[in-house]
Amino acid sequence: MRRLLVANRGEIAVRIIRAARDLGISTVAVASKADADALHTRLADTSVEIGPSPASKSYLVADALLAAAKETGADAIHPGYGFLSERAAFADAVAGAGLTFVGPAGSVIERMGDKVAAREVARAAGVPTVPGTPGGVSGVDAAVEAARETGYPVMLKAAAGGGGRGIRVVHDEDGLRSAFGQASTEAQKAFGDGTMYLERFVERARHVEVQVLGDGTDAVHLFERECSLQRRRQKVVEEAVSPGISQQVRDAMTTAAVQLCREVGYTSAGTVEFLVDDDSGAFFFIEMNTRIQVEHPTTELVTGIDLVAEQLRIAAGSRLRFTQEQIERRGHAIEYRVCAEDPARDFLPQPGPVGRVTLPSGPWVRCDTWLEPDGTVPPYYDSLMAKVVVWGADREEALARSRRALDEFSVSGIATTAGLLRELTDEPWVASADFHTSTLEQWLTSRKETS
Amino acid sequence: MPRHEVVSPIPGVFYRRPDPDSPPFAEDGASVTDDSPVGLVEVMKSFHQIPAGASGTVVEFLVGDEDEVDAGQPVAVVETA
Repeated sequence: MRRLLVANRGEIAVRIIRAARDLGISTVAVASKADADALHTRLADTSVEIGPSPASKSYLVADALLAAAKETGADAIHPGYGFLSERAAFADAVAGAGLTFVGPAGSVIERMGDKVAAREVARAAGVPTVPGTPGGVSGVDAAVEAARETGYPVMLKAAAGGGGRGIRVVHDEDGLRSAFGQASTEAQKAFGDGTMYLERFVERARHVEVQVLGDGTDAVHLFERECSLQRRRQKVVEEAVSPGISQQVRDAMTTAAVQLCREVGYTSAGTVEFLVDDDSGAFFFIEMNTRIQVEHPTTELVTGIDLVAEQLRIAAGSRLRFTQEQIERRGHAIEYRVCAEDPARDFLPQPGPVGRVTLPSGPWVRCDTWLEPDGTVPPYYDSLMAKVVVWGADREEALARSRRALDEFSVSGIATTAGLLRELTDEPWVASADFHTSTLEQWLTSRKETS
Repeated sequence: MPRHEVVSPIPGVFYRRPDPDSPPFAEDGASVTDDSPVGLVEVMKSFHQIPAGASGTVVEFLVGDEDEVDAGQPVAVVETA
């Protein structure tokens, strides 16, 4: 690998370019019209404009990216996260053009991206999945029968639904009998398909994910991250490792993640996501993300391993450089996603020009961003401005340092979520890690009501 | 007849339909009430419905489907009775 094209923008493009330069690999940035002068284009050795501002006309156009690679003589493409990173067809097209795709093969992306296929892989690897029916149930009696196996409370889901639509939670057989007919009729009306399936509902669920690295033959884990603090299914604060699971659960979960990777012969960095029942400690496989993730720096800070650099080494043909025993963790890391959104106005996006920018730094504080003074937040892309990531010898120290770091963060001209994140660090339920995936939204609602 | 301009409060891309497979929120000549949506503005991967803001008849759209709009830009005209 001599020249890497980074098929992304924003902070992750900056992050990948830095890792490549650390390894002495030449870099090619790509930019839409709106990003013509963005930081990542200036940090790379060269930059190519690939199309108009909307992502659908630039960062999502595979042919434009392949043409840019050809034009600049790049021999590898890193997709980052989002955009084309989990499109099997793109990975195949990159390989078909004789270039190296920094990630797993298209066939693995496809297999792990399909919910049913991924569950089958998990089952074959002996990894627990959320108890439920594999497909639709034929009627209310079949549903009751299936729920006896699954256990209550149970989620009634429309097979054709998605994004949280068409879901009912029922707590017992009576509830299931009375809800089934109506739910099925509604699904028929809304989605043109009344097929329903069942899944165990976890009342207090944590989202915990295991970071893995594979070279196609062997796989290792780099411990887990807790990502339960979410708003509208978007992660807001993440930490490594999880403060909410026991060592016993950690051992079982990380072992399961490695087994899953071995089962598919996983190559590159990936994340195996689990749902943890906070009451019982039982964990279930949800899905695998076959790319680098936004919250990867927390893992880097506790393990000292540069995940993007390892992705590049593996893509270039190296075997894993660590055995499992050589991967150790030290201390605690927390990441805060600072977004260009106004928490006082229901998180209204804040595109537009910014003035002064002060980013936190100093001991054990890392700030990954694309933001510069007198820059502009473009209206076309997601609202992530900066990731403030702190390390502490333990979680308490990391939280204390978080307060300092978030206090330092300031941007003039637009509202950001930094103040809200700072407020969070003072909450007793954050300090005691007493939360699950609905807690942050509940807190936001009660905060709104009292203000 | 008084004319009411429907204004986008945010910059972004204007859509006349809730999703590509659905009919438009409001056709030309459609009757609308205060809170009926006439369009959707996408900014930073989030979608915001634009309510008519007045009751009456949609007489004109000032921007096309998928056009870029600025904050404060009128997107449609409603004739109020």
